Amino acid sequence: MKPKNFIWKRLTTSLGPFIGLILVLAIFSLMPEISDRFLRLANIKSVVTQSVMVALCALGMTFIIVTGGIDLSAASNLALSCVLVAFSINLGLPPWLAAMAGLATGGLVGFFNGFLITRLKVVPFIVTLGMMGMARGAAKWVAKNQKIDAPLTWLNELMTRNPRPGWLLVSPGIWLVIILSVLMAILLRKTVFGRQVQAVGSNELTARLCGIRTDRTKVIVYTLSGLFCGLAGIMEFSRLTVGDPTVATGLELDIIAAVVIGGGSLSGGEGSILGTLIGVFIMSFLRNGCTMMGWPNYFQEIIIGAIIIVAVTLDRLRHSQN
Amino acid sequence: MTGKNQLLELSSISKRFGHNLVLNNIDFDLREGEVEAILGENGAGKSTLIKILSGAYQPDGGVMKLAGEAYCPSSPVDGLHQGLAVIYQELNLAPHLTVEENIMLGQEVNRYGLVNKKKNLEKIREVLKFLHHPEISPEVRVSQLSAGARQVVEIARALVRQSRILIMDEPTSSLSGEDTSYLFEIIKKLKSQGAAVIYVSHFLEEVRQVADRFVVLRDGQVAGRGKISETSIDQLIEMIIGQRLNELYPRVPHQPGQTILECTGLKSRKMTQPVSLEVREGEILGIAGLVGAGRTEFLRALFGLDRVEGGLVVLKGQSFRPVHPELSIKWGLGFLSEDRQSEGLALRMSLTDNLTLSYLQPYRSHGFISGRKQRQAAAGWVERLSIRAQSPAEKVWILSGGNQQKVALARLLHQEAAVFLMDEPTRGIDVKSKSQIYEIMGRLAAEKKAVIFVSSYLPELLGVSDRLAVFHRGQLIAVRPAVDWTETSLMKAAVTGKTDEDNGKEG
Repeated sequence: MKPKNFIWKRLTTSLGPFIGLILVLAIFSLMPEISDRFLRLANIKSVVTQSVMVALCALGMTFIIVTGGIDLSAASNLALSCVLVAFSINLGLPPWLAAMAGLATGGLVGFFNGFLITRLKVVPFIVTLGMMGMARGAAKWVAKNQKIDAPLTWLNELMTRNPRPGWLLVSPGIWLVIILSVLMAILLRKTVFGRQVQAVGSNELTARLCGIRTDRTKVIVYTLSGLFCGLAGIMEFSRLTVGDPTVATGLELDIIAAVVIGGGSLSGGEGSILGTLIGVFIMSFLRNGCTMMGWPNYFQEIIIGAIIIVAVTLDRLRHSQN
Repeated sequence: MTGKNQLLELSSISKRFGHNLVLNNIDFDLREGEVEAILGENGAGKSTLIKILSGAYQPDGGVMKLAGEAYCPSSPVDGLHQGLAVIYQELNLAPHLTVEENIMLGQEVNRYGLVNKKKNLEKIREVLKFLHHPEISPEVRVSQLSAGARQVVEIARALVRQSRILIMDEPTSSLSGEDTSYLFEIIKKLKSQGAAVIYVSHFLEEVRQVADRFVVLRDGQVAGRGKISETSIDQLIEMIIGQRLNELYPRVPHQPGQTILECTGLKSRKMTQPVSLEVREGEILGIAGLVGAGRTEFLRALFGLDRVEGGLVVLKGQSFRPVHPELSIKWGLGFLSEDRQSEGLALRMSLTDNLTLSYLQPYRSHGFISGRKQRQAAAGWVERLSIRAQSPAEKVWILSGGNQQKVALARLLHQEAAVFLMDEPTRGIDVKSKSQIYEIMGRLAAEKKAVIFVSSYLPELLGVSDRLAVFHRGQLIAVRPAVDWTETSLMKAAVTGKTDEDNGKEG
């Protein structure tokens, strides 16, 4: 096996989603009504900024899906930490401490997911379905069922389209996504931990047989994913400037869809960070293009639903050919 | 000669996958009331031929005739309707459904879509009675049946459909000796009714017992055929592997030394009784017993796969309680699972990953892993064990059974285990791979390692082991040097739980 071959194989696994993204971009930029605006830097910047929350959550979700699990509580977790950041600021905590509180909440929710899944031996779908309700409920409880207003701080500049030191070019949130994506790709592909995550998802029994602490691996993965949701919660607060307990309702499905469009397999063992990011952008640009075209919301929903099915079907075909 | 009408006739069947000619001009015929065995190594083309017969694959060339008429099934269902049923190695039953529901699936006696349960049950009882298994209740869930009983249900399903030809693919690989002889009786009954059976198996002794004629495939071609009664097992093996196998059980000289592993009163939650056993370095210890006698459970407890409730293991002078495979591996134990498909290997991962997964230390630094070094090491093992694979990056599911088993075994060698626990190390693999695995076991013993292996195949237990232990209903009933056992005495001990000790056989 030549290493060249190997790299080529790696690239082609993300090629499908990549072609999909190019197609989406090409179709909208050819639409006469919006062709002059769609590929403008300003529009791209705004789409990417809007994608930060989904992208962050999807990074963690990729790990979970690679282990063969799923996290339905991601969006509720995001809302809970968003609310907690606002709540903490109102308590008079310094912004960085408020952000830490949001992050820690996310991590804690993720840890409980992992803990319950491995201890109770209940499938992730059910545990996280329960947690989805619990986290959302907790968020509404903390916020007394309304939005929490909070004074503006530097936290609210994380998602600005015009970052303060001009050389940043894009918002700190986008930089965060870029840096963390690279780190997560390395973690998944180049480290022993990443190898263990893949092994657990590919065949948990084999992984155990090979001396991998499969339960511990899963708890770490769910905690990691929770931390990403917490981070996304901070970003959401930054964007909204309020703590909204009803924010991101239904977003967990977008997150899962992004991972799956990017080549993740719900039966585990497969998925890549690059693919996931491409999946995120396919959906964001589709939404954006549809909106610019003035197409109604229901039309977007139908298209995105169809895209998910087509993407996964194509992925299956690719596999059966191998 | 009565009832010897030609039932199935294949002439010059060919099949290629890409550039690979998998089947090359295969001729085959089957007569009423006859059992014909298809023999061959893994990858010789047996499975492909079966799939063509069943309708799962279409041949690229050649003609098939069923009872004189052209037979070209478009799918397995079509094949089934035309009277040809396949009973696969992994049973194809829905575990949540009852025996009745499974048997009648797709052919329920009904009226306007409503199932006529009474008629169904009648029909099934009749068939089960014919199969000499009236004790199987049609209303029990399949998940509650033993492997042997499930086999009977599969056959019943084929009979209810009035299949004239039954194809059995390794039907006994998950059966105990008792269930196997039931199966053979059923086959005899089917024969007497004029049905024909195509029997695919690696167990040549079984084939001799049950088949009338045989065809040997090698590299996609017919390498020999004839009457089984006129052919010896040695001749069969020669045809299968294409060369004379000098010795099926190559003995690598080795001398047992000091005790390396000793377990006292080891009991896991899944074991019914505590077991004490010791093995010496440079020794191969075979474990015999019926399926379900607690042999697998013992090995799993020793490796820390099942929760251990009591007992102590002393390995190289240090004692420990097996709680998790991670620790066992560190202590120097290696475990080969009996179920390489669902537990032993991560089929969708690469050969390299599977081989190195239990021992990544040499390739890690600061948590990072060097894929290049890992692949180099794997390539070395591929060569040493002559594993047939395109590259070390190949996914394991592509490999043949024998090569998969070698990958699983290579993992233990790679992790530098001192004591090798192997559960059915040669199940479902071809003769040549078997012989290679025996040789590896011998070499390990020569290197002062210890091997404990569980097998249901008596000749290999006797041919490879230095000492033999027998389990019966969860209990270890005897451990003796292999030379003191015979196939008969082993079988007797495994079945009855009693040994010939009283006869003064103990030396």
